[in-house]
Amino acid sequence: MYDFSQVTSWIHELLLTIMPEWLAVTIECVAIGLILLTVYALLALFYIYFERKVCAAFQCRLGPNRVGPFGLLQSFADMFKMLIKEIIRLKNTDRFLFALAPYLVILASMLSFAVLPWGEGMQIIDFNIGIFFLIAVSSIGVLGILLAGWSSNNKFTLIGALRSGAQMVSYELSIGLSVLTMVAFAGTMSVTGIVEAQANMWFIFSGHIPAVIAFVIYLIAGTAETNRGPFDLPEAESELTAGYHTEYSGLHFGYFYLAEYLNLFIVSGVAALLFFGGWQPLHIPGWESFNNVMAYIPPTVWFVGKAIALSFIIIWFKWTFPRLRIDQLLNLEWKYLLPINLFNLVLMVIVIVYQLHF
Amino acid sequence: MANIQEKIAKQFPEATFEEGEILLVNIPDDKWHDLAQFLKGDETLHFDHLLTIVGMDWVDKFGCVYYLSSSTSNELLSVKVTTEDREQPMLQSVHDVWTIATTLEREVYDFFGIIFLNNPDMRRLFLSIDWKGYPLRKDYDMSPENNPVPRENERQEDVTYTYVKDEKGNVEKKTVTIFEPNDFVVNIGPQHPATHGVLRFRTAVNGETIKKIDFYSGYIHRGIEKLCEGLTYPQTLHFMDRMDYFSGHQYHHALCLAYEKALGIEVSRRAQVIRVLMDELARIASHCLFLGTYCMDLGATTMLFYTLRVREQILDIMERTCGARMTFNYGCIGGVMQDLHEDFVKDVKELLAVIPKNIKEYNELFIGNVIAKGRLEQVGNLTKEDAIAYGVTGPSGRASGWACDVRKTHPYSIYNELDFEEVVYTEGDSMARTKLRIAEIEQSAKIIEQLIDNIPEGEYCVKVPKVIKLPAGHWFQMVEGCRGAFGVYIESDGGTSPVRLKLAPPCLPLANVVDHLTQGSKIADLITISGSLDYIVPDIDR
Repeated sequence: MYDFSQVTSWIHELLLTIMPEWLAVTIECVAIGLILLTVYALLALFYIYFERKVCAAFQCRLGPNRVGPFGLLQSFADMFKMLIKEIIRLKNTDRFLFALAPYLVILASMLSFAVLPWGEGMQIIDFNIGIFFLIAVSSIGVLGILLAGWSSNNKFTLIGALRSGAQMVSYELSIGLSVLTMVAFAGTMSVTGIVEAQANMWFIFSGHIPAVIAFVIYLIAGTAETNRGPFDLPEAESELTAGYHTEYSGLHFGYFYLAEYLNLFIVSGVAALLFFGGWQPLHIPGWESFNNVMAYIPPTVWFVGKAIALSFIIIWFKWTFPRLRIDQLLNLEWKYLLPINLFNLVLMVIVIVYQLHF
Repeated sequence: MANIQEKIAKQFPEATFEEGEILLVNIPDDKWHDLAQFLKGDETLHFDHLLTIVGMDWVDKFGCVYYLSSSTSNELLSVKVTTEDREQPMLQSVHDVWTIATTLEREVYDFFGIIFLNNPDMRRLFLSIDWKGYPLRKDYDMSPENNPVPRENERQEDVTYTYVKDEKGNVEKKTVTIFEPNDFVVNIGPQHPATHGVLRFRTAVNGETIKKIDFYSGYIHRGIEKLCEGLTYPQTLHFMDRMDYFSGHQYHHALCLAYEKALGIEVSRRAQVIRVLMDELARIASHCLFLGTYCMDLGATTMLFYTLRVREQILDIMERTCGARMTFNYGCIGGVMQDLHEDFVKDVKELLAVIPKNIKEYNELFIGNVIAKGRLEQVGNLTKEDAIAYGVTGPSGRASGWACDVRKTHPYSIYNELDFEEVVYTEGDSMARTKLRIAEIEQSAKIIEQLIDNIPEGEYCVKVPKVIKLPAGHWFQMVEGCRGAFGVYIESDGGTSPVRLKLAPPCLPLANVVDHLTQGSKIADLITISGSLDYIVPDIDR
């Protein structure tokens, strides 16, 4: 009903009638890039507002309420402030690497954006190893963080970056394994394939026990991967001021800030994709009329809605729990999550082989 | 007290005694170290807690008055050691008897230039490294040309000095390095959110593990003790709000008690009740703030707002009566500045009604949290012996099993009539220190409950002379501040302003013990430990 690929192919045909194919593809790429950037920026602004309001509610406060109705324009005001701020250049830093780091971080999250299933046919690239690509590109971010910490020539940023490196490399394992569990269940690495396999029932329900375990682990590891509380050690403000991005200002700092919120969206988006059916509406077998009503809601709304709901949980963590210590953080990963995850993978294989799922 | 005197006289025939509210022992410098060891080592005397060292300049001679206390009998004793050498005054160090003396002697050196032989760290404590002269000496040159405002960065040294006397009696100055050459030293502070003020920890780390901390203070030193020497007695009271700004009421109380003791003024019952009520309200507010900021240091930002809710309510009560939310300036010689606000009783009852609910919430949200337990339990273990040796009083000392509440050990005002418990835990870790403060909130609420319905009628301030002159002599008074025992020493020559006003704050020992507690733990534990000790920097830098 809402197949977006009809729209894209129509645009492609239209362009082909008036220009050669190479030009058409170039124009399409530029257009997609621009749309991506806009969506990226708008989502980040939304998330900043969203987190502020949620955190205010937890803390018996009102949150932003002065700029625009309900403070809606506060994020825009903050964005413009960030854009016009001076980019401070420091002495004795590695200029090139210092400037490169924020771009690497933002590059990683933008590339991950490419495989998120926004709706039926609404994906920038859809190929057979989509999930694998996602895991690969999202790891580029840690490189940017390490570079940022190193090139700032500051002891605090260096410690922050090393913490971050240890943390992200460790938790990548958990993310990878819990994703692998779900890939094994779906039988495909293609994002479209995974989403379509959940047309009748979401994986979190059909995969029951191992899927729930995988989801919980994914959520914990995902929170750690995005450097958010209670795993925000790399930028623990009470210990390391602002961690690896202490020395950044203006737009460069803005990039880190943006990437942090977008990573939150990506982590929740991937969780929605793997466990909650991506853009698939909620279908309950046997309830035909209910399913029909659900199908009327556009897939994009479903996907974004699920992602935001999951982000809410991650935000809830952050504003409730105290921060872990670095050794406790690594213990949690290597001594608990990793063994559980390996066991869970075996459990999932048993479930698949003996057809124990719904 | 006579017993103590006999014992000392038997061992040290050269000692002379002065009777007074606290027995004063005069001892020549060469016998002082032996006496110190005797006082601490003797089983019946057992003076194991060094309260403070009061540096003194009596113009004809320099000296120190040591205030000692026994953790078993709570007996107090003072010892006076003097030297007549004005060029290079030297005294024996007692740092090996009482650990806290290392730092307290540094403070005396900083202000009087008295060198303590064998003290391993004879640097200035508060003033900058290039400061000329010793400000608390009576012949100190105050002219701005002597110490102009620096236009360059403060010079830094990575070495300290120690003075040792060899067999021939020559004093040799030795240089000691603070850090090893290849140490990775991270500068935490003075501008750092976790130091709770402008305090600086130079931290040598090995990866995430702390090797050594060099604690560096003095960034907001205002010279309150020096300023007081030029002010009248009522004027000196105003500084009490500006040290530990959460214990303003208690500190006022201490100085007022000392002055009233010297003048022989009897304070009305009403004023005493009001003072105790205010002290305990301030204690609740302070502990609430501790809990909030501590949780924030550990990353649980939401707790701050839940604790500030209670604190706000208390500050509103204070504002109505005292007219201020921070620097209350409420106590005065003879009573309090003004009478209670008419809504005071009603407001306090409202506060008492919400406290149990809030404490339940704090316990559920933070104390019971598994991450909080992991961060706090068995972190920064302080044994009872170390707590006494380092002079760690207040909630932090009581969490280590040392019953050191001045309200119980040396009751002042009406505390001995009140029914409250001295909470003492034995674990000595950060969790115990946190839980103890929550328990103290309950105890303070209990005290307030007993008094709030029984505020007697009467005058809130008795008549005192227009010009206040203390008779010649010296007095010492302790109270329990929010962070530990706070002591005041006054010496008067009969004039309108003190010859010497020494303030012994609880926070200097607290900050001093951080190095001892953090060795071998993680950087994150530095925040946990220093936060749980809850020092206030203006109290260290007076």
